Order: sequence, then C-alpha cells, then structure tokens
Amino acid sequence: MTQSLNRRAFLSRSAMIGCSLAASPLVTPLSFAATPGENRLVVILLRGGMDGLGVVRPYGDPAYRALRGDGGLSEPNGAVDLDGYFALHPGLRPLLPLWDKGQLGFAHAVSTPYRDQRSHFDGQDLLEAGLSDLNNGTSRDGWLNRALQHLPNGQTDTAYAIGRDQLSVLSGRAEVQRWSPEADLVLSPQAIKLAGLIMQDDPLFDAAFQKAMAISDSDGDAVATTGSLDDLMQELNNSRKQSSGKNRTTLEQRIAEFAGKRLREDTRIASFSINGWDTHQNQGRALHIALNRLSNAILTLQETMRGPVWNKTTVVAVTEFGRTAKINGTGGTDHGTGGLMVMAGGALRGGRVMADWPGLDESELYGRRDLMPTRDVRAYLGWLLHNQFGLTKSAIETSVFPGVDLGADPKLIR
Amino acid sequence: MRFDPQLAEIRFGCGLSPSVAAPKSVDQMLRTLSDTDAIASRFPIETFDDFQKRIAYAQSLQKIRKKNRGSPEALAAKKGRRVLNKEARIAQASWLGQHLNRWVSTEAPLRERMTVFWADHFTAAGKAGQVRRAASPYMESAIRPHINGTFEDLLVAAVLHPLMIHYLDQNRSVGASSERAARGGRLSGLNENLAREVLELHTLGVGAPYTQTDVTELAELLTGVTYAPPMRLKFRKDYAEPGAETVLGKSYGGGPAHIRDVVAVMRDLAHHPATAHHIAWKLAMHFTSDTPDPDLINALKVRFIETGGDLSAVYDALLKHPAAWVPQRSNVKPAFHFMGSAMRALGVPDPAITSLDEKTARRLFVAPLREMGHIWEKPDGPDGLPEEDAAWIAPQGIAARLQWSITVPQLLMKDLPDPREFVHNALGEFTTPAVEFAANAAETRWDGVGLVLASPAFQRT
Repeated sequence: MTQSLNRRAFLSRSAMIGCSLAASPLVTPLSFAATPGENRLVVILLRGGMDGLGVVRPYGDPAYRALRGDGGLSEPNGAVDLDGYFALHPGLRPLLPLWDKGQLGFAHAVSTPYRDQRSHFDGQDLLEAGLSDLNNGTSRDGWLNRALQHLPNGQTDTAYAIGRDQLSVLSGRAEVQRWSPEADLVLSPQAIKLAGLIMQDDPLFDAAFQKAMAISDSDGDAVATTGSLDDLMQELNNSRKQSSGKNRTTLEQRIAEFAGKRLREDTRIASFSINGWDTHQNQGRALHIALNRLSNAILTLQETMRGPVWNKTTVVAVTEFGRTAKINGTGGTDHGTGGLMVMAGGALRGGRVMADWPGLDESELYGRRDLMPTRDVRAYLGWLLHNQFGLTKSAIETSVFPGVDLGADPKLIR
Repeated sequence: MRFDPQLAEIRFGCGLSPSVAAPKSVDQMLRTLSDTDAIASRFPIETFDDFQKRIAYAQSLQKIRKKNRGSPEALAAKKGRRVLNKEARIAQASWLGQHLNRWVSTEAPLRERMTVFWADHFTAAGKAGQVRRAASPYMESAIRPHINGTFEDLLVAAVLHPLMIHYLDQNRSVGASSERAARGGRLSGLNENLAREVLELHTLGVGAPYTQTDVTELAELLTGVTYAPPMRLKFRKDYAEPGAETVLGKSYGGGPAHIRDVVAVMRDLAHHPATAHHIAWKLAMHFTSDTPDPDLINALKVRFIETGGDLSAVYDALLKHPAAWVPQRSNVKPAFHFMGSAMRALGVPDPAITSLDEKTARRLFVAPLREMGHIWEKPDGPDGLPEEDAAWIAPQGIAARLQWSITVPQLLMKDLPDPREFVHNALGEFTTPAVEFAANAAETRWDGVGLVLASPAFQRT
C-alpha cells in the first residue's frame, strides 16, 4: 500500500471486492488436506461439581430412599425410569429420544483420583491435567492437548477451545484454536475494510485477523453493521449478553452451535464448559437449570451436526467431583467424591448406565458421606481416545493419563 | 547504540502520551526507578497489610457463625461475610482502574513495566473467598517496593509471602516425620508445589541442572513455612521435617528448625548462575523479542553475576545494550499493556476511570481483557502469562483488541481526538502509510481512533 492511495481509489477498489465477506479475500480458503480421521469428540466440563446421585438416581438401591426420597418417579413430569434401577432427573427429559436410540449413556460412581480436600480449584485442576495427583504442582498442560499430540495429521483447526473459559484441558504444546462467540465482531463495513488494510502491514496480525473475520462471519450473524453508533453498541451488547427473557438462544446454545459448525468441517476435538453445578442449597431448582443448559448444548450439537457427522461424534460431560449422598440442611448437597459422567452422540453405544455400583449404606459411602468412586473417570476417557482416535494404550497410560489403570474396555463406541 | 526517546517510551515504557514527555536518556529512565513512587501515592492501591484487615474481619464473623450455628447472630454473620466478599470484589475492580490510571499518567513508566514483569514472574493468586481479590495488594506490597533492589530480596519477599504460600499449597505441606504428621489428620506429608516452582519458575529455570531429589529436599526444607490468621507469614516448627536437607549439593539446617535456613537457601538460589541466565533470558525476551539476541542475554547474565543480582545494574545493562535499540519492533504488547498504553495515548482523564461503577469497569476492562486472553488476577497457572507473541495475536485476541479499540474509548471520553492527529500522537515516528490512510478514511471518529489503536504499528514494541 503506498502513500498515494487516496480515499476515492480505496473505496472504488473495495466496491469491486464487494461487501460480502464470503467473496472477499479475507476469508481463509478451506483446507481439504487429510484430517486425523473422521471421528469427533466433544468434552464438556461441568464446573462446580455435578450431583451425580441427583441426575441419575439409583432408586433401586434400598438405601437411596433414606438419603434422597423416592426418586421422583411418581411426580407429574418427574424423573424417568431408565432401567428399573436408575431414574433420570426430569431436567434431562429432552434427551430421552437420544436414550431411546442408544445415543445417551452414563458412567456412574466415577471420579478423578482427587480425594478428601474437596476444593473446586484443585479438583478442576486435576480433572483438566489428567494426572493422578497434584503433589508435584499444577500441570502445565491438559490431557486433551496431550492426546492431540498423539493424533496423526493434526492441523490448525483440529481442536477448538470454545467460550470465555481458559479450558486448561486443551492447553499445551499442540496447536489449539480458541474462540468465544461473545468475541464476535461487530463493525462498520468501512472499518472492516480499513482494518484489513492496516493489518497487511504485518503478517502475524494479518493472518490472525483474516481468520477472526472468517470465524466471526461464519457463525450466523454478519460482522458488518451499517447502523448508527447506538445500533453498533446494541448489537455488540446482544452478542455478549447471556440468555435473558428476550433472547431465545442461550450462551450454551451459541457455543454448541459454533462447536457443531466447526466439527462439521475440519475440527475433530472441541471443548467448552457449563457452570452452575455447585448446588449447596435449594438444588431442586438449581440443578434443573444447569441440566437444561446441558441438554440444550447436547441437542444443539446434534441439530447442528445432523446425520453423518453426528454419527461419528461422542460427547462426554465430566465434572470435578460428585456431591454428598445426603441432602444438607438447606435443600442442597455439599462437595463430595464419586460422581457421574454423561455421554451422548451418534457414535456412542449408549442406552445404559455403566457402574460397578458401590451401594449407599453409610458404611459403603466414601468417608461415610460421599458416593464411593469405583472407577477412575480417566479410564473411560482413555478407552474413548483409544477407540475413537486409535491412541495406543501405552500412550494413554504414560502420556495422556500417566498412571491410569485402564482396566477392561467398556466398549463405548458403536 | 542510538537512543530514541519515542522507542524508549514504546519499548520500555507505557507508550506515547500526549501530555507526558518522552525520556531524554537512559540515565533519566533509570533514575525514575529510585525516585519517590509519586504515581502510586496519587493512585493508591491497598497494601496487603490493609487487605488483611478484611480477612481478619471475615474470620471474626466466621467464628460467630460457628459458635452459634443456626442462631440469628450466625445468620447475620453469614450475611456480613457476603457483604465483605462483595466489597472486596468491588475494591478489586477499582484497583484495576488505579493500575490503568498509573499507566495513563506516570512519568516513571519503566516502574510500571518492571512491576508488571515481576508480578507475572512471581504469579500468585487467591483460590477462594475474599483472598481471590488479593493479587493487587500482593503486587503493591511484595513486588513493587523491590523491583529496583536485589533479586534475592525480591525473591524472599515474593516466595515467603502468604499469598504465594497459599497459592502454591505450602501451608498444606508438612514433614512426614514432623510432630504434626505424627498427630495424624489431614496434614500428613509433603506437598512439593512451591519447592518445584521456586526452582523451575522463580530461580534456576526449567532446563537447569537440578534433580527430583533437589525438589524433594527443598520441599522438606520449606516445611514449617505457612501462615497464621489473619494471613501472616508464620514458621511452625511442628510442621518442619527434622534433620538437614541438601539442595544442589549444599546442606541446610540440621539444628532446631528455623526460617533462617529457608531464607539462606533462597539467597543461594538467587545467586546461582542458572538463575542469572534464567532472569537474563526472561528480561531480554519480555522487552525485546521472542528470540532475543544471545549477546544481550549474556550481557545481562554477566551483570547479574557481577553485581550479585543488583536489579538496577541489570536494567542498566539492558538499556545500554545495542540490541535493546534495534529499530525493528519484533515484540507484541500483552493484553494489559495494550489496554494501558491505548488509554495513555488517548490521555483518558483519571476521573473517567475512577468514577466507573464495578459493573461498568468489568464490562469495559475485565471482560475485554479476558477475551484478549488475560483473565484478570485469575492466572491459568503459576507460570503466568505467555510471552510468545502468537499467544496474543491469535484470531480471538486480535478480534477482541479491534472491537475494544473501536467501542470502549468513546465510552471513556466525551471528546475523542481527531483521528488524523491522533495517528501521529499515538504512533509518532512509527506511523505507517496504511494506518495514516485508515485514520483519514474512517467514516467516524471512533472507527478512526480504534483503527489506529488496533494497528500492528501501535501493538508492536
């Protein structure tokens, strides 16, 4: 770009380019290079500690009633019987069609190796690090990033961390894209063109900007706004706002939709988080809200990916720990140990609740208060990585989840 | 070397300002570090001592709560704690505003840069409750007063600070053969977190010649270091592992456990040649390039060793090395640096920042910083923020910087500067034809100003 470039020349040049970003040179051409297989994995982190006993209720366990009541099967629109032993929280009713197709499943009485301290901070660190303990300090990378390093032909777009969350589970040496739908750009068409011009001064900036425009424009609402300053601010606020009465799409849906669109293309691994599981009081309501978010996210993924891609996909939702077996004095539950992993997806061999059930008698509880974990959640995740992406067992046991005992194959994939 | 005042302000300061003159010499820049810290008095941030009063108050309420469970007093105490948490949260947002005010107006910008650098080198944060808001008070008390002294004093101040002890779990670490472990209960053994990070991050560096045995021995030597209410450093003999420990071939302790052995090992680590190299490399990378000139690293390392880690002498070596003044700018501003320097270029008046309510401050600063990749005072790990340019100039980061540049300045200032003049004030001799064109061609003032701030020319140092 030279100094002699004047406004008129610039504008007529941009007129030739046209306003549609899809046709503009800003869009990075799609890559058709080989990808690491066709299978997809979505990892959802449920931050706050999901109450596994409240979500998938072991009403068939004689000790359950004393702890939690009758399981809620008799209430109108209440819990749903899954298999004669476990009942599903009404908040996940929207997922029943998936259950019927074998595309929803659960692993119960699972946990990370984290014990006793019951801190969110450390529990989440360990869940994302994938290690056996944190005695050597926090890990610098996450297990999903280490898994990525074992994938053949990984490319720029192979893994996506989505949302505002730092998602340490994906931090590490392997390249990961990060995008939050809230970072969506809203600019005047003129500013878009001029921004493209100034970024050309610098290759690093230019590449990042082109990619940002491509992502931002592909998510359903256009970058360009032609309105006044007030309109611009309004659109910007809308794009940042969480669900309110007026907004029909929730943040989870937007994140899941974005994830689904990327997974339809070159992305094979995506991760995001859903908060709101720390249900210390009044959990009848709080848990229902959180489960709505989870089911919305899963259904949005399914809807966005549709048929063939969904059939290659497994979604797993994991949490840092379960909660106390007993309801506390304020209608909630406190930090516990054993919990639940939720799985969904067209690739899943679901329709079952997997558990080596430990029982709920006080003597059977962990520390006489929490559901006893009978299997390391990392074993399920490890088998999933093995079956979906061909990671060797030794890579999983030494690098992805060092020290994990994989045990028998739970055969999670169709 | 050729001293360039504008480059000095951009590479080693807080960026060009319409009201503060650029420095005239390296010596003038260095002198500002030993002058009185005027900007800190003008825009105060709570000290950690004062922050402890908040903690003490919360602890007294907790006592009331535990003593009278279920009673009206307990309920009132519970409510009181919630109010305290909220007040601390509001204070935290106001301190971010004060950091920004300092960046906008300071005449000693090198102090802000060094404070940010060392606060990141010694990353610490609270993990629950009010303590989550304590990072700025820690920075104000443990880091800022020590940035121009010796590295060993800075190291001791940071590593033995209660916030660091809390952040890296030192308060949970007890010797396996200590009295405390013998009593049984939750605290029964070693936690190596702090010991490892001291060696790996704070002193020797990750590739340095130390072994797992050194980590374990240092962890055993550190046992006893903890804190007591409200949150004061305390050495507890009953936590300490009895006997001597050998770290990097030297034996420490052996008599009755005492914190002086911990201080002694810190001072030795501070003087280790590997530490000199690690700090030299990190300073060179932070201020010049992701791949710094080896000769610059060596010059800093030599000065560090010669002076026993006198930081002012190391800064002198940095600022007087030709590699510090190459005109090509190959570094990129991290997110907070970008925001602070943008507000300095605009000359945002301090009442515009100070008067913001918490919610607005979070919307204008905290949320955008997070989108740029910097979660304010909630570090991803003890290794702090990334130094690599590519970590910041990724699609989301650049989108967030562009969007912030176009939308936020107009919310902070009634009268935005004319972009045609602003481009020269903000970029000085680094104005490029493309940015000048964009500033002239923009349809609105806010687009014009925003494009200048979002330009690579503004973001490179």
